[in-house]
Amino acid sequence: MTTTAPRQVPAPTAGPEPALRVGPVRRRASRTRRQQNRAAYLFILPFFVFFVLMLVVPLVYSGYLSVFREQLIGGLSFVGLDNYSRALQDPEFLAGLGRVGLFLVVQVPIMLALALIFALVLDSGRLRFAGFVRLGIFLPYAIPGVIAALMWGYLYGQDFGPFAQIAQFFGLPAPQFLSSQWMLASIGNITTWSFVGYNMIIIFAALRAVPEELYEAATMDGAGAIRVAWSIKIPAVRPALMLTVIFSIIGSFQLFTEPQLLKTIAPTVIDGAYTPNLYAYTLAFSRNELNYAAAVSFLLGFLIMVISYVVQLSTQRKERSR
Amino acid sequence: MSVTLSPAPTEAPTPRSYAEKPPKKSRRSRAKSGPDNAPRKSTFITIVMLAAVAYFLLPIAWLLIASTKTNSGLFRSFGFSFDRDFAFFSNIANVFTRENGIFVRWMLNTIVYASVSAVGATLLATLAGYAFAKYSFPGGKLLFSVILGAIMIPTTALAIPTYLLFSGVGLTDNPLAVILPSIVNPFGMYLMMVYAQGAVDTSLLEAGRIDGAGEFRIFWQLCLRVLAPGMVTVLLFSLVATWNNYFLPLIMLNSRDLLPLTVGLAQWQSAASRGNGGEALFSAVISGSLVSTLPLIVAFLFLQKYWQSGLSAGGVKG
Repeated sequence: MTTTAPRQVPAPTAGPEPALRVGPVRRRASRTRRQQNRAAYLFILPFFVFFVLMLVVPLVYSGYLSVFREQLIGGLSFVGLDNYSRALQDPEFLAGLGRVGLFLVVQVPIMLALALIFALVLDSGRLRFAGFVRLGIFLPYAIPGVIAALMWGYLYGQDFGPFAQIAQFFGLPAPQFLSSQWMLASIGNITTWSFVGYNMIIIFAALRAVPEELYEAATMDGAGAIRVAWSIKIPAVRPALMLTVIFSIIGSFQLFTEPQLLKTIAPTVIDGAYTPNLYAYTLAFSRNELNYAAAVSFLLGFLIMVISYVVQLSTQRKERSR
Repeated sequence: MSVTLSPAPTEAPTPRSYAEKPPKKSRRSRAKSGPDNAPRKSTFITIVMLAAVAYFLLPIAWLLIASTKTNSGLFRSFGFSFDRDFAFFSNIANVFTRENGIFVRWMLNTIVYASVSAVGATLLATLAGYAFAKYSFPGGKLLFSVILGAIMIPTTALAIPTYLLFSGVGLTDNPLAVILPSIVNPFGMYLMMVYAQGAVDTSLLEAGRIDGAGEFRIFWQLCLRVLAPGMVTVLLFSLVATWNNYFLPLIMLNSRDLLPLTVGLAQWQSAASRGNGGEALFSAVISGSLVSTLPLIVAFLFLQKYWQSGLSAGGVKG
């Protein structure tokens, strides 16, 4: 259709006159502009103040602390990057890092694949009791990590754990969930149980926002439900998936609550350096090595950021090369 | 170029054309519109998913059942069946009266820490998210990406330096040591930004400006109501984060009277597994766990409609 809006204002003619007229208008516009900018800054100010005080300052302080060392004689002295090179050669720190690295490459894909599959099934509309299923899977997220850990600790346990009871009933040896071979997997099960629902909800929310038209065309072309999921839905929710990946990377590296609580049941399996975060805690509060603990924390935070960025960049590149 | 003032034909639909054209269906109305065009329900998928739900709910069922057992009942009965002694009420009474009712104190602490942090976090996140979504101002993009980058800073890596900093200014073993760090929630800010982008129509702001309202009045009187579902979402997720937080209060607080539920229960648990907590400590830990879990589950169930729409509206665009 060639309909255009009626023009009431005549086209500006060349000459000095319109330039004169623009003057006050622009001044008024810039005044409201200024007001809006001021309002925007004021809206952001409270958040920003807390952001600086609670994130930037501790980070800078941690960086500052990490380049000093408490000496037995002479007190605090500047040691440069010594604490960092110590950490990178510290077998306890590296073992913990390796443990969470293994956790990251095994538990996170399992958890996110489950979350994605559950979200796709919920979105497909082929499920009965969908509301119940959605809430049932999500519910563990509302349970504090401490309680999840001690609850599963009892479930895994030999004393009155149901798995041990079932094994006993059949005259079998009880599964050793809390032995050194199985501990990491047992922790992985706890975190999977706790966070599949949370990740599922994030992915599901993103799926709901995908416009319906995208599916209609594909269905008309004869694509089945699985094809639609693979070729349309998953690419459409990639940003939400990315978010869950980043959160999971952060979560894996910060593992603390579960090992710390299971340590009370299995103190011989979990030591004070089982995860890097537990190690930083042990350093700061049991061994009184505050500066080294700051370096370990700082290094850990830095590592997480680097890995998160690398993961993001690599997936972006993949997307571009398509 | 032809200039016409006649309205486009689609703007005045005849009853016939209206009847012929099926009404445009949103995804939600389609799901509700009956069995004729909804996808066929699959029994197989339903069974598989119900099995998955069993995995997620069984530990919670175990917690419920175990909280009805006496300490000796825990050891002599099967985990998923009831014992002959039904001790639920005496367990609950034990939880609340133990150590002069310190559990009540822990619960109140948790409620205060979680609600103050969550309200604070939601207000700051809403204001900032709204500003990033609806104003373009010098430095805005840079500031936003800096804050967004902070999502990647792990809170526990920050906790030890924050502890050192707070102990320097004498703020440790103080409720503020738990509340202040929890008020910054970059992910909440991000959620609010995405939500405000979708929910607040820019024409609403322009209408307000034409009527001569200031920017704050526009926000307060026009936008806040529209932003409510997003705010409930951020509120609930911040509430859970502080309610469930263990690491921060563990390092910040020493006085037993200031502890939240998570740290208090963990102390009971370690006393129980050391075997020096007396007879009823296992059942106290289990019943206490149940009691501290219920409030959040109730909050999620009651506010379901709001937080789910709050998440969906933005679609978490990333």
